[in-house]
Amino acid sequence: MSTQDIIDTLAGIEPGSALDAIRARRLQARENAQKSYLSLFEPIDASDFSLAERAAVAAFVMGLHGESAVAAFYRDKLAANADGARLLAAIEAEIARGGTSGPYGSYPAGPLSVENTAGLIYRVSAASKSALGIRLVAALEHAHLLVFRPRDAASADMKALLDAGWSNTGIVTFSQLVAFLSFQVRVVSGLRTLAAANA
Amino acid sequence: MSATVNPPVVFTQDELGWVSWIDPLPEADLTERHYAGLVDRARAKSEYFRLLVRDPEVLEARTKTDKDIFYNVADGLPRAERELAAAATSRYNGCIYCASVHARFASTYSKRREDVQRLLDEGVKADLGERWNAVVKASVALAATPIAFGPDNIADLRRAGLEDAEIVDVINGASFFNWANRLMLSLGEPSK
Repeated sequence: MSTQDIIDTLAGIEPGSALDAIRARRLQARENAQKSYLSLFEPIDASDFSLAERAAVAAFVMGLHGESAVAAFYRDKLAANADGARLLAAIEAEIARGGTSGPYGSYPAGPLSVENTAGLIYRVSAASKSALGIRLVAALEHAHLLVFRPRDAASADMKALLDAGWSNTGIVTFSQLVAFLSFQVRVVSGLRTLAAANA
Repeated sequence: MSATVNPPVVFTQDELGWVSWIDPLPEADLTERHYAGLVDRARAKSEYFRLLVRDPEVLEARTKTDKDIFYNVADGLPRAERELAAAATSRYNGCIYCASVHARFASTYSKRREDVQRLLDEGVKADLGERWNAVVKASVALAATPIAFGPDNIADLRRAGLEDAEIVDVINGASFFNWANRLMLSLGEPSK
């Protein structure tokens, strides 16, 4: 099991630094952000969501965020997977196609409708579909929704995942993975920015 | 299930319900592994937590991360402003359910219910005074994809009187709600 703290590593926080001391005052948060990472990427049970699928979704999500150090970490994680090399080219092609800026999307019809903002409704390219397979095609399309336009999510999106072979438990872990990564990359980016302001 | 849902169409500080779009575990099926994941046994009554407990290890770690970021007030940012970061992030991402809960907490701890309501009504550009504006602006910059948080946000927060430990609380609180919002928005929907 990895003992290296991923947020510290990706944010470049050195032992003994001012930010290390600040993070040490929230030890439970620090340790459990790490445990969240480990339970998603080194799980007890991967039967509903394989390790290769987790790595592929993570590489896609972090590629969409465009934070280079974090994206490289998850791209390497996918490449190191037994199934990774086969998936990596397709994931990289899909990151290039899926890039946009968010959050955008629609609210329930009513007074908030004036805030509705249109944007890319991403679908996996025909060229990538055979390399990815039906489960990952559905996963990437749903991950893009979660990254850029979570307020557009609807019950039909759950049905699309179920129809593609995702179990209820698999959907929960998949949703946690994308949502956790949305947290992790922001903590890394925020702490890096703070450290740079102090340098 | 959708027949019972009466979804709210505005941001509110009222108490809302939440209905899952996929199947939570039945309470009768919960084992000790699941209760460990729930952290608080009383959460077995919540449909949301009985859904997330399908992956108990992730839920346990997430819950403990959440509790420390928001409830560990031995030092750092006052509770009200951690809740403000959560409410602003939720307002910006469009999570009516999360915004209702954390706007209510922000009002309770700050005693500034009308300012909190203006954040909900007018959105994240509402003028709430220098210190709250800096917290809201930083939270919004962090929630954007690609992330837009930069040195100007740090400078704003410092000008408003925040020390580094407090800035880390803003970063953690806002970042955490990018996790929470995506679960609440995508696995089910709020109900009045």
